[in-house]
Amino acid sequence: MLGNTILLALRAIRRNLLRSFLTVLGIVIGVAAVITMVTLGNGATKSVSDQISSMGSNLLIVMPGQRFGPGADAAPPLKTSDVDAIRNQISTARYVAPLASKAVTAVYQANNWSTVVTGTEHDYFAAGNWELASGRVFNEAEERAGKAVCVIGETVRDKLFARQNPVGSEIRIKQFACEVIGLLKSKGQSAMGSDQDDTVLMPLRTVQRRLTGRQDVNRVTVSVSDGTSIDAVKDQITSLLRERRNLTADEDNDFRVMDTRQISETLTSTTRILTALLAAVAAVSLLVGGVGIMNIMLVSVTERTREIGTRLAIGALEREVLLQFLIEAVVLSSLGGLIGIVLAFFASLGLAGLMKLPFLFNPGINLLSFVFSAAIGVIFGYFPARRAAGLNPIDALRHE
Amino acid sequence: MSASALIRLAGITKTYGEGQAAFQALKGIDLAIERGEFVAIMGPSGSGKSTAMNILGCLDVPTTGSYSFEGAQVERLTRNQRALLRRHYLGFVFQGFNLLARTTALENVELPLIYRGEPAASRHAAARKALAEVGLQGWEDHTPGELSGGQQQRVAIARAIVTRPEVLLADEPTGNLDSHTSGEIMDLIAAFNRDLGITVLMVTHEPDVAAYARRVVRFLDGQVDSDRRNQGTA
Repeated sequence: MLGNTILLALRAIRRNLLRSFLTVLGIVIGVAAVITMVTLGNGATKSVSDQISSMGSNLLIVMPGQRFGPGADAAPPLKTSDVDAIRNQISTARYVAPLASKAVTAVYQANNWSTVVTGTEHDYFAAGNWELASGRVFNEAEERAGKAVCVIGETVRDKLFARQNPVGSEIRIKQFACEVIGLLKSKGQSAMGSDQDDTVLMPLRTVQRRLTGRQDVNRVTVSVSDGTSIDAVKDQITSLLRERRNLTADEDNDFRVMDTRQISETLTSTTRILTALLAAVAAVSLLVGGVGIMNIMLVSVTERTREIGTRLAIGALEREVLLQFLIEAVVLSSLGGLIGIVLAFFASLGLAGLMKLPFLFNPGINLLSFVFSAAIGVIFGYFPARRAAGLNPIDALRHE
Repeated sequence: MSASALIRLAGITKTYGEGQAAFQALKGIDLAIERGEFVAIMGPSGSGKSTAMNILGCLDVPTTGSYSFEGAQVERLTRNQRALLRRHYLGFVFQGFNLLARTTALENVELPLIYRGEPAASRHAAARKALAEVGLQGWEDHTPGELSGGQQQRVAIARAIVTRPEVLLADEPTGNLDSHTSGEIMDLIAAFNRDLGITVLMVTHEPDVAAYARRVVRFLDGQVDSDRRNQGTA
């Protein structure tokens, strides 16, 4: 009985090619949209976490205040003395780099460019995996003396010097001239989407004296020696700072010590939410595809009801008619699902290439949308038929 | 009426609707049909002839009364058992042909054999033979849309007789055809009755068509009005 019913189902699909095509199309678009969105979203998440891990997995970032964003709370800033304390008292901290930033306009001859000057120490280059394209980084003597020397990023070089080698030239920042001693190798976009090459690095003391006029440090990057527990160092820094900031036992921290894993979790959870949103939008298109199928099935229900009546008169059992419609629905929606999966594979491969995202094949979402599309096809293709097959043959035959 | 009648209706009534709106289409039909008969059922519109035909064809069930087919009590059969009875003993020809659209003549004729579970080879052979018997050799691959009304009805007849049924039920088989084509169709049906011994029950309101039958049952207001034998016709 099954073999014959499959034969009848396939014949029914073949003789209603346009209807079959439209049914399949609805599923194809829905499935392809969902899979493509989720695959690209996963790629974006992966690329964010990759960028974070390129920052180094053993980095700690110390910032004042408990919350992100400007003016979040009025926590006292970190001082240069805090940096020295971390450097001197925590032996497992390998590199300790303070950072103090200020937005400025840099000028070279007739060119000017708005950028951010970051004051730091030479540890910063090692901690942040920065390499030089040419020149050198500042040394301890220059740091102590607060000399007007700087290392610039690729973007700043492009804007001020075009393709020239900037090393040895002087750029003007505010009221002082600053000698360019080094050019950083390009790092591209950061995980947050900012241009990491749009930077001017100077000794911390230079920035504090000439630009900010304060002893404040915006944040401190601490690189932990290999083989040391990052959580232990984190705890040590936390208790050191609590002590230095005179926090009593019942007061909360007024600073944060984050490790890169934490940052990566924060960022990837953001991209995950975006992925879920995109997938939800795509799922709506899958649903719309389902409604389209329902529409097609309902429009053809008159013709099919008479066909069902004919089949019943000829001696088909109700369950044979139902099985035939079920097979038709399953074949069409599975076909649509498969085509959708193949289409999504090439679409996400191509788009991932265009958007420079990694392509991650996700079997789960492929399976899920396939099952979902099959379910939609079965529900919308089968249930109208069920009503017709339950009619008295004569009522089905006379259906207008 | 002998006890061995193929079909025996006794006190069949059929009521549509309920209460005030109820309409009694059949008001107690008694009818016996012997194997090999060719019976025309006539009567004006609303006389109940089509209702009776549908009950005879097991497409509908009577409200009360008993219907025995080869000794089986049809009113006691389940829906599926009635379907199997249609599959193995009955063939249908409808006024509107009721062929599957966009499906070749051969596949239409094969349909009842598929439900019977015939293997492909014998199914194809039987369907081709049936099409040849109705004079449609060479038209196997044409779909209903490519065939004239008379040809479509021939396909429908081929589909009805391909299983060699006990009874062929024809509901206004010539209702949609011109008189010349009607004659050809009736010749075919009469030939199957004569040569293969298939019992034919046919509803018609055309006296010319009814003349092919050897027995004419007239319905009036839900009852059998007259039941007489035709003299000297094929």
